Amino acid sequence: MAFFQPQAKTVPKHTVDPVLQPWIEKYRPKTIDDVSAQEHTVTVLRKALLSTNLPHMLFYGPPGTGKTSTILALARQLFGPDNFRNRVLELNASDERGISVVREKIKTFARQTPRAQAANSDGKSYPCPPYKIIILDEADSMTQDAQGALRRIMETYARITRFCLVCNYVTRIIEPLASRCSKFRFTPLDPLSTSSRLTHIAAAEHVEVTPEVVTTLIDASNGDLRRSITYLQSASRLSSSADPPTPITPRDIQEIAGVVPTTVVNDLARTLGLDVSSDMIVDAVTPKRRGFDAIQKKVKEVIREGYSVAQLLSQLHDLIIHHQMLPARQKATCALVIAEADKALCDGADEELWLLEVAMQTYKALSR
Amino acid sequence: MSLWVDRFRPKTLDDLHYHHDLSTRLKALAASEDFPHMLFYGPSGAGKKTRINCTLRQLFGTGVEKLKIDQRVFVSPSRRKLEINLVQSSYHIEITPSEAGSYDRVVVQDLLKEIAQTQQVDLGAKHRFKVVVINEADFLSRDAQAALRRTMEKYMSNMRIILCANSTSRLIAPIRSRCLLVRVAAPTAQEIQAVVEHVARKMKFDVPPEASLQIAEDAAGNMRKALLVFEALKMQSPDLSGPLRIAKPDWETYCHKVAELIVQEQSPARVMEVRAKFYELLSHCIPPTVILKTVAEKVAERVDEALKADVMHWAAFYELRMRLGSKKIYHLEAWVVKVMCLYKHFTYNFDMSEFD
Ligand SMILES: Nc1ncnc2c1ncn2[C@@H]1O[C@H](COP(=O)(O)OP(=O)(O)OP(=O)(O)O)[C@@H](O)[C@H]1O
Ligand SMILES: [Mg+2]
Repeated sequence: MAFFQPQAKTVPKHTVDPVLQPWIEKYRPKTIDDVSAQEHTVTVLRKALLSTNLPHMLFYGPPGTGKTSTILALARQLFGPDNFRNRVLELNASDERGISVVREKIKTFARQTPRAQAANSDGKSYPCPPYKIIILDEADSMTQDAQGALRRIMETYARITRFCLVCNYVTRIIEPLASRCSKFRFTPLDPLSTSSRLTHIAAAEHVEVTPEVVTTLIDASNGDLRRSITYLQSASRLSSSADPPTPITPRDIQEIAGVVPTTVVNDLARTLGLDVSSDMIVDAVTPKRRGFDAIQKKVKEVIREGYSVAQLLSQLHDLIIHHQMLPARQKATCALVIAEADKALCDGADEELWLLEVAMQTYKALSR
Repeated sequence: MSLWVDRFRPKTLDDLHYHHDLSTRLKALAASEDFPHMLFYGPSGAGKKTRINCTLRQLFGTGVEKLKIDQRVFVSPSRRKLEINLVQSSYHIEITPSEAGSYDRVVVQDLLKEIAQTQQVDLGAKHRFKVVVINEADFLSRDAQAALRRTMEKYMSNMRIILCANSTSRLIAPIRSRCLLVRVAAPTAQEIQAVVEHVARKMKFDVPPEASLQIAEDAAGNMRKALLVFEALKMQSPDLSGPLRIAKPDWETYCHKVAELIVQEQSPARVMEVRAKFYELLSHCIPPTVILKTVAEKVAERVDEALKADVMHWAAFYELRMRLGSKKIYHLEAWVVKVMCLYKHFTYNFDMSEFD
């Protein structure tokens, strides 16, 4: 099994040329001051860093907002690279974290007296306070039992071990744990912070981006910085490899981000009986009543194109909600249907059936 | 002799027949070490898998075609043994974790870490990273998806992941956030027709344009289906002349019969009859969602305009129930009863408003 030969011991661990690293890793914040937005969290943590006293913490918020980056940066600033190993235990959802692991591995680490500070080979000095940190990343995927088993450990060894729980959904953390922690909410990145971080990266990578491109990136990523960085890198890779190199356009970004083209959304909306501004004149002349068959046909067409239905629904939602002429009552009915479908999709329901469902219900609502 | 679908499967991005823009993009991405994690999504038969293989070939050269198939045994925390097939070359490995059912998390945890911690053995390899292709990614359990998250970040320097899925909605947001999304649309009828004609040219015979068009339209965007049907038809009538009779697969004909039964008569006895037929279909491994959709669409075709939307509404409703529940047959049956009820009331003019 050639594929599984263990890594030779002598090979240095990170030999990847940083030039070729994916930008999301290359530009992962190294210190908490590199973290964009999240001002409140950063301010509190900066103080904690100065006083070197840390409470148990709970970080929560949507993907790509800097939770993992922040705690790793903080730990590194506290202990430095040489002591990081024996002072920090990071466990995430890719590690087995059942109740037995909590009782053994986590407990063993938690009860150890922190080792004396090792010399720092980089010549810098670090606060290296006399406790250890256990990072439980993606803690929302831990079972209730495992979380329950943590309660005692957190209390018993609080003097020598601090916990940091990181998750997307704070409601998945059992109350007794959550109440033992200082909570930090990570918010989706505001357009301004996203824009300045993206411009910073673009400048460092010598990539030309127009303000329109940045705006498109912001719109397409919904405050998820990781996503916008990936889009930017892919777009720049694509545009620079064109022959001759072309500038990045907003359309490139939309294509990469899987945004459904406006024409497709409008076309669907029109089939459902919605007046879409650009074609209003045409529609006003022939208010054609389309039935089930026409709608089903349209839905099948869209599905064949492979668009993400969740994405399509969110765009259809915006179109309906911001529509100039539609009465509020109809808008509300449509919003309800879309919400229902969104939930169903999250639960793994069939995309075609639910797009058809939304389409038919919207059609009914609009023809009332 | 292999089937035409396999024999004429394009091997490089340049050989691919349609979505040329996409091929160009993939080529550009494959040229560099900063290749991202990717998620290929699109309807089945659109050519996702072929495109992934072409991308791998672009990344590493012909070495990726030297495949070995192994079986690996994993042990779940409850000491259950699970066997999983691994398809691998020196540069990549392909897994279908859904084979392990609800223990897919163990596969993802163990295997990916193992791969991530080994390094590329071929020093002459074009890239330092290896690629893990995960099939049927939309069937990964939540736990397995969660297990992928940090692995995707931590080991990015020597591993890239390519996920292959029909739809993105079953993937959790943190996974989507870590991938570059690549949409592979189904080919249009014209595009399929062109491929059918290309195959005919390769096989050195002529195909009448009406025939290739008919095959293309019948395939409804499914390239695999088109080529399978094409080969079967060619065997039946070598000159492919006259109106072609494209046989429907047995299960589909069977589903249509079920629809017929529902529309003909609405009674407890009929429900039992339909139930037996559902069991038959399920025992032939036809996915319950496909059964429900096929039957529902056929019923909708047969009933009055006023009922069509309701038939499909309840199909959507019970399909979701089926996903959440564990016994598929209950929900299939519930849908049948619901539809029979609606139908009966509609034909006898009952007011149904209070039954919604
Ligand atoms: N606030 C931020 N400031 C600077 N960079 C950020 C920030 N948030 C995210 N990033 C960028 O996105 C990448 C991912 O961030 P991070 O791993 O911290 O996200 P996360 O909040 O842990 O997400 P998830 O919930 O998906 O685990 C980082 O490597 C960094 O490049
Ligand atoms: Mg994280």
